[in-house]
Amino acid sequence: MTNKPLTLAEKVWNDHLVTKGENGSPDLLYIDLHLVHEVTSPQAFDGLRLAGRPVRRLDLTIATEDHNTPTWDIDKPIADLTSRTQINALRTNAEEFGVRIHSLGDKEQGIVHVVGPQLGLTMPGITVVCGDSHTSTHGAFGALAMGIGTSEVEHVLATQTLPLKAFKTMAINVEGTLRPGVTAKDIILAVIAKIGTGGGQGYVLEYRGSAIRALSMEARMTICNMSIEAGARAGMVAPDQITYDYLQGRAHAPAGADWDSAVAYWNTLPTDDGAKFDAEVFLDANTLDPFVTWGTNPGQGVSLNDTVPSPDDFTDPNDKAAAVRALEYMDLKAGTRMKDIAVNTVFLGSCTNSRIEDLRAAAAIIEGKKKADGVRFMVVPGSARVRLQAEAEGLDKIFKDFGAEWRFAGCSMCLGMNPDQLAPGERSASTSNRNFEGRQGKGARTHLVSPLVAAATAIRGTLSAPADLESN
Amino acid sequence: MEKFEVFTGVGAPLRRSNVDTDQIIPAVYLKRITKTGFEDALFAAWRNDPEFVLNQAAYAAAQVLVAGPDFGTGSSREHAVWALRDYGFKCVLSSKFADIFRGNSGKQGLIAGEITEADTEALWVALEANPGAQITVNLIEQTATIGDLSVHFEIDEYTKWRLLEGLDDIGLTLRDEQAITDFEAKRPSWMPKTLPAKH
Ligand code: SF4
Repeated sequence: MTNKPLTLAEKVWNDHLVTKGENGSPDLLYIDLHLVHEVTSPQAFDGLRLAGRPVRRLDLTIATEDHNTPTWDIDKPIADLTSRTQINALRTNAEEFGVRIHSLGDKEQGIVHVVGPQLGLTMPGITVVCGDSHTSTHGAFGALAMGIGTSEVEHVLATQTLPLKAFKTMAINVEGTLRPGVTAKDIILAVIAKIGTGGGQGYVLEYRGSAIRALSMEARMTICNMSIEAGARAGMVAPDQITYDYLQGRAHAPAGADWDSAVAYWNTLPTDDGAKFDAEVFLDANTLDPFVTWGTNPGQGVSLNDTVPSPDDFTDPNDKAAAVRALEYMDLKAGTRMKDIAVNTVFLGSCTNSRIEDLRAAAAIIEGKKKADGVRFMVVPGSARVRLQAEAEGLDKIFKDFGAEWRFAGCSMCLGMNPDQLAPGERSASTSNRNFEGRQGKGARTHLVSPLVAAATAIRGTLSAPADLESN
Repeated sequence: MEKFEVFTGVGAPLRRSNVDTDQIIPAVYLKRITKTGFEDALFAAWRNDPEFVLNQAAYAAAQVLVAGPDFGTGSSREHAVWALRDYGFKCVLSSKFADIFRGNSGKQGLIAGEITEADTEALWVALEANPGAQITVNLIEQTATIGDLSVHFEIDEYTKWRLLEGLDDIGLTLRDEQAITDFEAKRPSWMPKTLPAKH
């Protein structure tokens, strides 16, 4: 058993074992970082109150407000009663139990998955949980990061541990060099289209290969973020110099001698040569195009140069039926060129694509250009800090001159729990992660796209790649 | 969670089968942000009916519910168990429970005891003959007793053990308290800490 080559995920798991489960009962894992937000925490805190239990490790817990927060008039009381109640409950609970909280208006407030990394709290080799499925984002650092339910939130608050069932491992090998205009978002949309929305079920995915190694931390977060859309438990990227450079100097990152010990440990984490994955997938980065979705699940995607598929293109009867229904909901005809699809709204935001690099990339494309008539362009930074940084770089001015709405940080139109919603029948090009029916508003139609495609689409009014702007 | 061994309380006969979780607690109550205070939501629709069993003075303070088969079917909402618990119920007896409901009950300290249909009828008759009669639920012996009438109920061994020990999921984990503390002592100093806050 000794020296058996291990994968990254197995190493992190083993290093967090508190007790090993016997006779099929789950292992008990220690949790290094617990991120909390207003939607999934109220009943967890109430459960603690009921049982008279404290939060075990306040120093490993942090809360922020994101799902319900307005992105306009953030100094006014929140109009919607349910939203206001949830946010007030989080504030009261944080105060009563002593949890660190970043409320609306605070410069560290923002989408929970943007806040953890930017504070330097998300590190390689740690376990991260949050009552939110897109916790997988943090796997970009080589952390084992999982979304959990409200009862589990209570469990972690009380014990700083979680009983977890073992997982399988899947390597997603992406080799080659991305062509200009092709991004991390296109990689992950292509992966999901390839393995399907259930393809990752029971697995922790590890994204590997030269194309992944070449990506920035922001881009790796985009990829890991959407692991959940492939049904996976988590997604991970092995830490390397790019990870270390991103982390070093951040508020909560290790410093001095601690930094050196941390790096020494982190260097041991990447998957050993000869380690076996339970499954492997291969993707050629050289031939990837910008990818967009045409349907109502993230697996229903095609190259932007393609056409809307026909239900007859699918052999699996479930896929065929899903395509029929999706085309009807999306009001699309098979054979339509993806680039001929006109949108009402472009949404640049969400924990998938709202970091500074995403805003810079979009701003670079629209700078000096004119927005398509009648198209609404909403730009929602992932955190208050991203917003401030963008303003310091003058990006806000570029967006505003272009005619975009420059908003305050939060989840916003990613799920429309706040007033940022599409009207029934409206169509968006959205940099978020879910194109489910009604996700962005009742009857709303969503096309998932990269920030580059979002920007180009805002200029042309139809789904477009940056390359299409030159041919104008 | 309190340990449960033997308990005596008023029994209520709920002569209905297929009581789904929407009947136990309608969806509108799910917007709440607390895990307690759902007593008003229990059987909300039926409680408008003066004839409903819990609206009768003799059964108003009931703590043991005897219901028809297929109790707790439908949506997986944990709120159904919270509502029963908050109203004061310690035990539900039925000839058949939905799996998820039974699982949720065990986690919250509510006994879901399975009895035969014939025993259900016998308990109903006894409770109706003597409204406000008390039932003694003995978890160790797995019996429910009204006067001379004693019926056996089934409950799985694991849940029984948890209830006798008074262990919820968290309580179970905290039995490994020493292992958790030992683990914490070995964590390196550079691991992330949210406090004191740095910006
Ligand atoms: S941005 Fe969207 S996906 Fe991300 S945490 Fe918020 S609601 Fe969830």
